[in-house]
Amino acid sequence: MDVRFRTVALLVMFFTLAFILRLVSLQVIQTEWKEKALTLTSDRQSIPPSRGLIFDRHGTLLVGSRAAHDLMVLPRELPELDSTSMVATAAWMGMTAEELEKALDKAKRYSRYKTSTVRRGVDVEEHARMAASMHQHPGFSFRTRPVRNHIHGVAGHLIGEYAEANAEDLETDPFYRLGDNIGKSGLEQVYELELRGVKGRESVMVDARNRVRDTATLLTDDRPAEAGLDLRLTLDLELQAFAEQLMQNKKGSIVAIEPRSGEVLAMVSAPGFNPDILVGPQRGAYYRELSADGDKPLFNRAIKATYRPGSIWKMVQGLIALDESHIVPSSRFYCDRSIIGCHGPHRWDDLRQAVIHSCNPYFYKTMQKVVNAGEGEGRFERAANGLDAWKQRVSAFGFGSNLGGRLPGTSTGNIPDSQYYDRIYGTRSWDFGTIYSIAIGEGELLTTPLQMANLAATLANRGWYRQPHFIRDVGGEGKPPGLGVRMDTGVDSVHFEPIIRAMRQVVEDPSGTARRARIEGIAVCGKTGTVQDEPRKDHSVFIAFAPQDNPQIALSVYVENAGFGGQWAAPIAALLIEQHLTGEVSNDRRLQRILEADLTDPYPEPESEPVTAASPAATTPAEGTQSPATE
Amino acid sequence: MTRNSDIQRNIDGLTILLFLLLASIGWFNLISAATGPDGDVEWALGTLHGKQGLWLVVSLLLGFLVLQVEGTFFIRTAWLTYGITLLLCALVLVIGRKVGGARSWFGFGGFGIQPSEFAKLGATMALAWFCSKEGGLKNLGQQLRAAFIVGVPAGLILLQPDAGTVLVFLGFVFAMYREGLSGAVLIVGFAAVVMAVLTILSGAGNLTYPLVGEANGIYRFWLLFVAMGAGTIALVRNATLPRYRSRVTTRAIVSAIAALMFSVAMHLALEEVLRPHQRERIQVLFGLEVDNPDADYNIRHAKTAIGSGGWTGMGWRQGPMTGYGFVPEQETDFIFCTWSEEWGLLGSVTFLILFAGFILRILFLAERQRSAFTRVYAYGVGGILFMHMLINVGMVLGLAPVIGIPLPFMSYGGSSFMAFSLMIAILLRLDAERFSVLR
Repeated sequence: MDVRFRTVALLVMFFTLAFILRLVSLQVIQTEWKEKALTLTSDRQSIPPSRGLIFDRHGTLLVGSRAAHDLMVLPRELPELDSTSMVATAAWMGMTAEELEKALDKAKRYSRYKTSTVRRGVDVEEHARMAASMHQHPGFSFRTRPVRNHIHGVAGHLIGEYAEANAEDLETDPFYRLGDNIGKSGLEQVYELELRGVKGRESVMVDARNRVRDTATLLTDDRPAEAGLDLRLTLDLELQAFAEQLMQNKKGSIVAIEPRSGEVLAMVSAPGFNPDILVGPQRGAYYRELSADGDKPLFNRAIKATYRPGSIWKMVQGLIALDESHIVPSSRFYCDRSIIGCHGPHRWDDLRQAVIHSCNPYFYKTMQKVVNAGEGEGRFERAANGLDAWKQRVSAFGFGSNLGGRLPGTSTGNIPDSQYYDRIYGTRSWDFGTIYSIAIGEGELLTTPLQMANLAATLANRGWYRQPHFIRDVGGEGKPPGLGVRMDTGVDSVHFEPIIRAMRQVVEDPSGTARRARIEGIAVCGKTGTVQDEPRKDHSVFIAFAPQDNPQIALSVYVENAGFGGQWAAPIAALLIEQHLTGEVSNDRRLQRILEADLTDPYPEPESEPVTAASPAATTPAEGTQSPATE
Repeated sequence: MTRNSDIQRNIDGLTILLFLLLASIGWFNLISAATGPDGDVEWALGTLHGKQGLWLVVSLLLGFLVLQVEGTFFIRTAWLTYGITLLLCALVLVIGRKVGGARSWFGFGGFGIQPSEFAKLGATMALAWFCSKEGGLKNLGQQLRAAFIVGVPAGLILLQPDAGTVLVFLGFVFAMYREGLSGAVLIVGFAAVVMAVLTILSGAGNLTYPLVGEANGIYRFWLLFVAMGAGTIALVRNATLPRYRSRVTTRAIVSAIAALMFSVAMHLALEEVLRPHQRERIQVLFGLEVDNPDADYNIRHAKTAIGSGGWTGMGWRQGPMTGYGFVPEQETDFIFCTWSEEWGLLGSVTFLILFAGFILRILFLAERQRSAFTRVYAYGVGGILFMHMLINVGMVLGLAPVIGIPLPFMSYGGSSFMAFSLMIAILLRLDAERFSVLR
């Protein structure tokens, strides 16, 4: 063999061997190429989990999910649009040409090969119309997205909103991607983590243009989405719907609690809104309308509004005085009406009569004893210490706190103490004579409808309550810990009997202020309150529980600018109690009167002045005060 | 003259076997590259693999016909073949169809013919005729004339422009070397490659020199080269016998100066003559930083596809990198990626061994000839095939710059396959007649 043949043959073999070594290195030794290929050819897509459903206390579905349609565009498939076709296309989708052009520009900037949303939430009819001529508009498509379906349209305030996550949400939690929804208020917000579930992951094979080519993938970390946990509320759908019906054409609130458990059976704030419209395509317009409404329909009065407690407060004063042994049930005070006015013909009431008659001087004197029993030197110091001791007793009823509530914006109301008055009047410059109006539930006192309903429950339980709450069960695991904690007022249960007897009489007595709350065969105990709201009509307030023994329901009813407590709030409460205890309403006339009443006009209403539920002391606004007008 | 049946019996079976194996692998692989992983294979003449199948059948028929023709016919018509292919190469510059910036195609409806593929055949024949007539390439005159014979078609092809095919014509160096061209040519070639690499690297300022440390700029490299060259020459001079001393010294100095001038020319060409994308390709090859982030797109994706093949690959029509269009030109220049991704190291090495075996078999055939024409012809064919493998596989493996030439038997392209089939068929016929004539 020629030596030159050998040279050439060796060259061929040498290079072949070099290539083989290179192949060994690329294909077997270096592993990064395989990973690189995986990243290039796979596209991870996230599968949205289905959100937890919401049921009422008996397991009736309140909130489910239904399909919403978004119009999407894939810029790559979009033909070049001249100005004429731009106008035509825009008209087809109900936008202006400028809006469409802007939306398309945005979509192109995002990605030519990925779809972007052009119009969110197209309604059913428009969807049908557009879908019919879809083929004339290449590049556009519809995406179906699950949204909330409020089946009965009730308890919008409590359940809250589930709406598109904003920039801040996207930044704080990597769970959310652009276009995702998030619980924005109410229980949707509080239980967001439980409701939202776990996103699934699915990888697909994509080609060089990022088009999906195959759903089977080489990646192994795919996992299905996990549905969110279902919530079972404490609400009773029937009672809730009935309460909302009763509050039609009225402003105010209803809170109904099951006394032995602290479970909220119904919570209404009126005027309200239809939560189902808020998730639909009319959301924008409806939301603007709700926001502009002077009666603040988006504001949850039941937990956020604060009012002066009025006459109802006298029961708390009586209980504290009894427990502090400043009075006994038979103690009588002369109704002299010199410092503080009163109404009615009574003159020499005992405790029970004083509650029934709402005698102002009686509770002025009662509280005077409580406050002046404070320790220390001189009237100023004694008053300060006495007031602080009193506040401690009042706080045990849950006043001045949010009652362990987890709903954002739950108001605490206001229970003044010595520091509070020191700030207003200066240290050692006030005594009981300065602050006596809080004795009868006026002055700087502020309470919420929820706190008042809780008071009714506390009275029903003769001295204790469980913190009111809205959740019975999360994901089948039962009640979350920390809900419905039992709290004791520290007032001996024997002291409740004279008060409860008085409440019974308030309803039962033909001259009682709450005689409109009478129900045949049910022992209703209640107390009216009439809260001034100058210059408009008074707020009509009533708290009650029933039956007297083994109470099943305790509630507070507020009807703003409607008149006396017995006039509107009491019959509404009676209707709810009867409905809850017997499942029906026997007094049709009473029902008719409530349903037909339109109390939304707070005459005389000055044009410029906003609606104020409560005005704290004129000199300084009370801490934590929230009213519909300022929210 | 022997009877035709004896000749048929002498046709080399191993060559045919290797040829058919490579052609089958190529077509089988092209089906995968043309259809991708989704759906069923569509069997139609309009598809890429359908067209290639037609070319395959036509080429095999043509090859069979060629085997029936007496070898002397090819030898007598060597110049005619050469002339026709030259004419076509010239004609295509005028009336050719422009595809991808190069005027290299004659179009006939759906099919196209690339005369440059057939020019390889013409040049091989002309070179074989010339060498056999001259009795080798002993002197510079003969060598220059031989270089001229292959240089004319190469020059015409450069005008298209198709730099890849021109590089393939360098394959004739092996034939010329076998016929007498000094081995120094190969050594000089190797030295030139080393010098070029050093020039590119130091031109980019990324080279660390022994003793000097990292130095920027080409000038230091040249300075260093002169200093070390002078030292080496002085050492060689002292180590040489006195009677050779002056001749060796002169040659060493001339070589050093030539190397330096080559480096300077190379550097200037790199900086001034090459277009930006060509410069980028070279820089990418050497892992130098390139401004354009997409400059190494092709080769990065080619390597990714090959690398993801692993030991045994993803299977036929299962390679996502090639199947889903991440590798560019994967039916033609980057076809080896498809094979490598889907059949892994096992398939890649098998193919390379088959291909190299085919070249070596052709060289072996060449060596058993009594006819100089056939020997030179075989070396020409083997050299061309070798160059194709060197450039194409080197490119997809990231060892050579991105130069677009097909991989014989694998890449889509009728002209290429037909030209190689003709070349092999003619070689087989000539080889079969090796006992009957002495030319």
